[in-house]
Amino acid sequence: MADLETFRAETRAWLEANCPPEMRTPMRSEKDACWGGRHFQFQSPAQKQWLDVMASRGWTVPDWPKEYGGGGLSPAETKILKEEMTALGCRSPLTSFGISMLGPALLKYGTEEQKKHYLTQIARGEIRWCQGYSEPGAGSDLAGLQTKAEDKGDHYLVNGQKVWTSYADQADWIFCLVRTSSESKHGGISFLLFDMESPGVSTKPILLISGNSPFCETFFDDVKVPKDQLVGEENKGWDVAKYLLGHEREMISGMGLGGEKQALGATVGEVDPLLRAEIAAFDVDAIAFAAMSERFIDQLKAGEAHPAMPSMMKYAGTELNKRRYELIMAAGGSDALEWDSERSKGGKAARDWLRTKANSIEGGTSEIQLGIVAKHILRLPGA
Amino acid sequence: MMILTDDQRMLQDTVRPFMAEEGAIKKELRHWRDTGCTDGYGTDLWKQFAELGLTGILIPEAQGGAGLGAVEAGLVLEEIGRNLTPSPFLTTSVAAVRALEGSAQAERWFPGILAGETVAALAIDEGRHHDPVGIAMQAKRQGNGFVLNGAKQFVVHGNSADVILVAARTAGSAGETEGLTLFAVEKGANGLDVDTPTLADSSKAARLAFDNVAVDADAVVGEVDGGWAPLSRALNAGRAGAASELVGVASGASDMTFEYLKQRKQFGKLIGEYQALQHRAAHLYGEIEIARATALKAAQLLDAGDPRAELMVSVAKAKAAKSAALAVQEGVQMHGGIGMTDEHDIGLYMKREIVLGELFGGPRYHTNRVAELSGY
Repeated sequence: MADLETFRAETRAWLEANCPPEMRTPMRSEKDACWGGRHFQFQSPAQKQWLDVMASRGWTVPDWPKEYGGGGLSPAETKILKEEMTALGCRSPLTSFGISMLGPALLKYGTEEQKKHYLTQIARGEIRWCQGYSEPGAGSDLAGLQTKAEDKGDHYLVNGQKVWTSYADQADWIFCLVRTSSESKHGGISFLLFDMESPGVSTKPILLISGNSPFCETFFDDVKVPKDQLVGEENKGWDVAKYLLGHEREMISGMGLGGEKQALGATVGEVDPLLRAEIAAFDVDAIAFAAMSERFIDQLKAGEAHPAMPSMMKYAGTELNKRRYELIMAAGGSDALEWDSERSKGGKAARDWLRTKANSIEGGTSEIQLGIVAKHILRLPGA
Repeated sequence: MMILTDDQRMLQDTVRPFMAEEGAIKKELRHWRDTGCTDGYGTDLWKQFAELGLTGILIPEAQGGAGLGAVEAGLVLEEIGRNLTPSPFLTTSVAAVRALEGSAQAERWFPGILAGETVAALAIDEGRHHDPVGIAMQAKRQGNGFVLNGAKQFVVHGNSADVILVAARTAGSAGETEGLTLFAVEKGANGLDVDTPTLADSSKAARLAFDNVAVDADAVVGEVDGGWAPLSRALNAGRAGAASELVGVASGASDMTFEYLKQRKQFGKLIGEYQALQHRAAHLYGEIEIARATALKAAQLLDAGDPRAELMVSVAKAKAAKSAALAVQEGVQMHGGIGMTDEHDIGLYMKREIVLGELFGGPRYHTNRVAELSGY
């Protein structure tokens, strides 16, 4: 314990010395996040500096092994680092699907060469990844995917279409589920990595109800993918896909925490007694969810979490976040309805509110998560 | 870290089978209810609690106790909740011990509590709703001591208790935390009238009428006019403990219900195959896990003396009560007609939940307190 307290003191001192003041202010939106990648435009020198110093210490991925660009920290040390970053208000130096989704899957299923190559790039924020999972005909029934990868000897030839590919138009590489066999539904899926600049890849942003386009349609037309970019065994990609989904759901469940340190009721100003009561009930659930999140992460790190727990967390966190934004809209009244005024910061409240409606759809709908909990945790029949 | 230590797991491994066997519904709750026991709990079982070192779980080691904390007490209470075990553990070993600790009255009562011979009760509520700041009952100085006048209700185990900790006003007025004093009033005090209604869950909670009840100056727990401090300690411990017990109630009810979904057939199918029930069951599971984490967090913060404990205790009490209410309501509904019968245990969980949910403040009281503590 004494060692951990020393680690805490050293970490705090290092963060105070190295985190630029600009990076200690709350992010205003997803756009303030540092996504990294080949084409990323840093918003400020401070944003780049913060990424560089954290990456050089391995602290963009503090609990990954050092040989793959991580910090090699224990679960307890990782938790302390997060707590100290929160205490100082430090922004996350790097937001990336490489960190939250692909990385854990590669750590488990990647070859040594793949880990060395891809994980170090992810840790340094050099490559921005996107996720090729859903297809027009394969949403909740993800394993029904049809994008085909034909074996051409030294490479696969990929043809098909993905949809809801987050930031595909800004991503450098994709981790993609493809069909390598039609003999078996789940047993004919493989997990490929490839460059979005490969010939035959094109993307088209999808305009959402929020007026923003965080998702794209992604098309593959005779895309050549070298065989050493297959993760895990051919036709066993569903295992990798499911494992990665667990991490995606864990990440999405974080939405339940909201960004604010304060209770919602302390941030919305004067409201009527009925709304105050609703907000207070929400705050009880939000603080309770934060306690659950902390316990869930501790259990995960200790290897004590049920494999289906991310589904419970994803369901609870996203339903909570939707409720949060319903209440923000209610508290905002007609002010919150403005869509384009400067006063409303370009309709931030309304657009953020609409964005949250995707929370309980993306990464598997609430209904899919409940089905997984019913089957794998409660072991209900026929689920 | 929000995972149990090895020692805490060992405690759980001891208490879980003990409560499932010795504190089982048939052996304790139904037995005492159906034989018209006036205490509402078994004194033999309370002795067994003492032999296991549970009655003194929070009493410091220097005074002969186990010197453990809210987390450990919570583990015991979860098992009590799971088995609906009638016991004075929450009021005596958790709330009252926290009120008495460090006071001269501790020397007087701790040995009996350790031995499983003494039961303590708390007299706080004066109206139908919990409102400790609103306490108005008067205690006036008289000679070397005080004289108490007024009424209290929802005094759990008040009829069996050897000592009742009574919060009364020696100064100030209702709405102020200053000016309250906590008195240890012994059983059978002159002028104390005890009416003991049985509650919905077959537990006993007294209505007390104080008609010029005289107590010595040394009956004061802590400081005169400074009763808010021991009362707050008792309330924090009692509320966190009730939250853990509610988690146990919710777990017991939901385990029974999930099992029923795997056994009951209608339309030629197990009812657990219907998605309409699967999704509700999965939602319930999540709510109980969240309540469990919240109760653990509140207990950890209390044990650490963290200033955030006050808020988390109210979050835990509110969340656990709501999750447990959902568990028992879904439990009875999913059992269908059999769930409405006295023969089946699921209804007993419903009756326990509504009492425990109200004890030391219901979910609305604590939700409002969360808002106030958060500054709105």
